[in-house]
Amino acid sequence: MPQNCQSQSFSKLYHMGTEELPAPLLDDNYRNELGEEATAATSEDFQDSMKIAWRYQNLPKMEVSPTTSARFGHYYDVSQTMSSELFQSIKCHSFFLPEELSSQPTIKMCNMNCGYARLLQSIQKIIYQEGFDGSHPQKKQKNILRIGIQSLGAMLWGDDICSTDNPEDSHSLTKFLYVLRGLLRKSLSACLITVPAHLIQNKAIMERVTNLSDVVVGLESFIGSERETNPLYKDYHGLIHVHQIPRLNSLICDVSDTKDLAFRLKRKLFTIETMCCVKLFCKGGISAISHCYTLLTKTGL
Amino acid sequence: MRATGASAAFPYAHVPPRRAFRTLRGCRRDRGARRGRRGAMFAELNELLNASPQRPEKGTFTLLRDTRTDGSFLVHHFLSFYLRAGCKVCFVALLQSFSHYNIVAQKLGVSLTAAKERGQLVFLEGLGSCLDVLFGEEQQQQEQAGQPHPLRFISDGASDLRGLFEFVQTSLAPAAGDAWPGRALLLDDLGVLLSLGASPVAVLDFVHYCRVAVCSRLQGNIVALARGGDDSEDEENELLVTSLCHHSDLILWAEGLATGFCKDVHGQLKIIRRASLQPGGQPDVLQIYQYKIQDKNVTFFARGLSAAVL
Repeated sequence: MPQNCQSQSFSKLYHMGTEELPAPLLDDNYRNELGEEATAATSEDFQDSMKIAWRYQNLPKMEVSPTTSARFGHYYDVSQTMSSELFQSIKCHSFFLPEELSSQPTIKMCNMNCGYARLLQSIQKIIYQEGFDGSHPQKKQKNILRIGIQSLGAMLWGDDICSTDNPEDSHSLTKFLYVLRGLLRKSLSACLITVPAHLIQNKAIMERVTNLSDVVVGLESFIGSERETNPLYKDYHGLIHVHQIPRLNSLICDVSDTKDLAFRLKRKLFTIETMCCVKLFCKGGISAISHCYTLLTKTGL
Repeated sequence: MRATGASAAFPYAHVPPRRAFRTLRGCRRDRGARRGRRGAMFAELNELLNASPQRPEKGTFTLLRDTRTDGSFLVHHFLSFYLRAGCKVCFVALLQSFSHYNIVAQKLGVSLTAAKERGQLVFLEGLGSCLDVLFGEEQQQQEQAGQPHPLRFISDGASDLRGLFEFVQTSLAPAAGDAWPGRALLLDDLGVLLSLGASPVAVLDFVHYCRVAVCSRLQGNIVALARGGDDSEDEENELLVTSLCHHSDLILWAEGLATGFCKDVHGQLKIIRRASLQPGGQPDVLQIYQYKIQDKNVTFFARGLSAAVL
């Protein structure tokens, strides 16, 4: 969900499926819980000057959370759903492919999978009719069309790239993404898509999907993998991979310093933390630096 | 190892000593960060390529590659380079919008809007054009029957990119009273054509036709970006890139560092001059530099000699 998703600005949602929506994110003070953890981690005293690892003396201390000082993250409760008053007060459009296919005859658009073609037509119609492309000025204050598409590429879209190595039409998904990209660039809209990458057998398609996207974030769960029982990862539920960030209107992009991110999923908290090898080896009471020293001397460095 | 100028023990033996020495000296002063120099393409890259907008080369095919990183900064460089060189430029921009290139070009001292208005730049914005193909009215398409839409291959599943080639040919055709002596074609990027359903052979045919029309007949230059790396699983893209490599006069290959992300060194640039294609059969010349991308410039330095570690 978009980060600034407060009730006033959350005026339009376009989503697939009719299931209950989770409650919108409100900028609450959840940070009490996270803040306590963070201060505990940084209160250790690292005043001893380093003899072996002296090159690291002047580097900033490893932080548990990527940004503990700045406002980061949201509080949420998955069990809460969106109130019906809020839902009814905003203009929503939904798209459920089985309903669309039964109501209208199949269309043929640029050799694309019918489901994707239909979805593109639907999005384009809304952008045009609601004035997000500037074709007729928006009557109320300007807003952004937020689009959410779930499980793109899955079989429920009529695509077989998740079920076979040699799909019948391997270009449908990438054509769809390209045209969608064009629609988004030419209008006041943003789109969030989820793709079941672990099901897509043809890795070439995933590379092309990445190249056609602006931001690509991957969640890798430990469930079912050998990492589930690995003591290194016992505090976490999975890894977060930031595969791509946009470099728009500029030569440079804002790349984070930390690349090893892991997440923890609780009922009311989803935290993203920097994986810190030294912290992982810590056992109660012993400072991280002396552990690191022990490890280095043992390995002969 | 400290640099002492040209010497037999110079580690970068494949690099002409004079140029390498200048580069080493340059990075100590971090000359990319010098204030007061107005951004105008990447001056350091021009030095490394021995290129100048006052005397652009003719009839060359330059391939831009990137692996594990974004090599689009090279596209911005060549776009502003050829506009400054006074060439008529046809830019087939498939991946980003016009405003993106315009904003970056302004940082490099060139206005794409002004270039379009005076007729120096013909810009095909793929993202906007494809919407015309898909959602445009039937009548519009029939009116333009004389000149098929450059991206019509997306909708009608044509097996060739003839429409796109004809667009390029028309854009760069010599016209009476032409103020632009040179010609340049920029393609960003060719992999998108594969994603849109074109076969690798169709893309190679298109590039071949463009070479004949632009490089041979008009003595112009082509610069094309093709993404993808050695460890890619996209076989069609690999075929495309490998084939283009064999036919390029110059290859600029931007690679992310094998050791991972670094704040001060954003990547490594391989410059391969295909001397083997010239009569005489000289071996190809390979030069490797590292680079750091800044807001309005890109600085280049010899490997391991970033200003941050000196």
